Amino acid sequence: MNYFFQQLLNGFQLGSVYALISLGYTMIYGIIRLINFAHGDIFMLGAYFGFYAITRFKFNFFIAILFSMVLCMIINVLIEKIAYAPLRKKNVPRINLLITAIGVSFFLENFASLKIIFGPDYLPYPRPFKIITFDFLGLTLSSIQIIVFFITLVLLLILDYLIKRTKIGLAMRAVSYDKETALLMGINVDNIISLTFALGAALAGAGGVLYGICYPQIHPFMGIMPGLKAFVAAVLGGIGVISGAVLGSYIIGMIEVFTAAFISSTFRDAIAFAILIIVLLTRPQGLFGKEEGIKL
Amino acid sequence: MLTVENLFVNYGMIKALQGISLVVKEKEIVALIGNNGAGKTTTLKTISGLIKPTSGRIYFQNIDLIKLNPYQITKLGIIHIPEGRKPFANLTVYENLRLGAYFVNKKREIEERLSFVFQIFPRLKERLKQPAGTLSGGELQMLAIGRGLMAKPKLLLLDEPSMGLSPILVEEIFSVIKNINKEGTAILLIEQNAAKALSIAHRAYVLETGKIMLEGKAEELINNESVKKIYLGVG
Repeated sequence: MNYFFQQLLNGFQLGSVYALISLGYTMIYGIIRLINFAHGDIFMLGAYFGFYAITRFKFNFFIAILFSMVLCMIINVLIEKIAYAPLRKKNVPRINLLITAIGVSFFLENFASLKIIFGPDYLPYPRPFKIITFDFLGLTLSSIQIIVFFITLVLLLILDYLIKRTKIGLAMRAVSYDKETALLMGINVDNIISLTFALGAALAGAGGVLYGICYPQIHPFMGIMPGLKAFVAAVLGGIGVISGAVLGSYIIGMIEVFTAAFISSTFRDAIAFAILIIVLLTRPQGLFGKEEGIKL
Repeated sequence: MLTVENLFVNYGMIKALQGISLVVKEKEIVALIGNNGAGKTTTLKTISGLIKPTSGRIYFQNIDLIKLNPYQITKLGIIHIPEGRKPFANLTVYENLRLGAYFVNKKREIEERLSFVFQIFPRLKERLKQPAGTLSGGELQMLAIGRGLMAKPKLLLLDEPSMGLSPILVEEIFSVIKNINKEGTAILLIEQNAAKALSIAHRAYVLETGKIMLEGKAEELINNESVKKIYLGVG
């Protein structure tokens, strides 16, 4: 029984990282209907920025997370302005944007692999704080898990506040519903889209650093799998629905951990994608999505 | 106040506007009438910046609008209330109204404007916390106009406000439009219901396949034989 609850904690940890990535997928889809397949690579960049912040610049761990979030924001806004905005303005079919996103993804992965950038090797992630374990009701809880839960919770609360309670959040919801009418309200739609890319990137950047301290090895292609899983989570929750992405992430995290613990760890990836297929076949709009379904 | 000169707009190969010129003076209601596809909505969308013309000029209080983005044009006080009301159905009535005054930040100012809108449409106050998607057609038109008024417009561009409403509601909406105008707001009004539009307008333009065929005082156009025949369904 203890083993079960221990796995529950692990699932929660993995789910938290997925949630931070998945939110960016779902927000960017919500605002410009793009499945941003380069999003997992922003997560990878975030992990590297955190790595250098801690090892090179000797930043405090929390400052390192902030550092990584800010750099990821800047990069994602640049990507949006350079790669997607010119296409959006030409009103190209959405498939063109999607293919561009895949191109951006390959670019980031291979660019990061260059020796002068991050290099192709696996790097051991630093542990910037002491790992203490607590016994809690017979379970072992590590300081890493506490920090992951805490930071995820804080970021989710900030995001929720931003979207539901601020003028900017209101503008984001308006733009995601109807861009043309949003323009007529006096909203600078391009800025709101940039902001959405920035927010998604900030969360993915934080997720990258947290992933690094949990599963302490990073490499330029590390974003692919977590990125795809977070995408599955966003689809499961109903892409475009923010709370759905969070819940979907925890479900995927749990399922993955439990599959590894009770069935076989070789199935852990397969099961996540089996879920994607099942969701698309039976409820393509996801658990909380509207009826319109998924359009690529 | 608003001057449109020789406006041309193309949608790919289709020539939507072929040299439209019109003027809206201070405190005026100007009606733009014409059949479906005559270019009425295109004209409004070009004024509010949603469509960029291939050539022509638009001035509002001596400011050239052609180079401005829609959100900048909105800030100048040109408020476009689009065809089909276009509510943000996912947002509450309050949030919709708040967006109408998007670039206002002072709480007091927003409160004042809200109470002004509630004076005109008390129904909106009752529905404040409801998602806009749950409103009836008439309430949606009230919301669309209320949202526009939240911006304190100098010039209101109204696209088919009577569409799909019952005759009683059409009366109500038109008397509201008249009152808004009495308070000093200029209005450029598009209507399928030409008789109704001409009854409240000071002047009108008749649009046909992207060109202006006729213009004049509303009361003159009401009695014009060809207008009667084609748009008023008499004679």
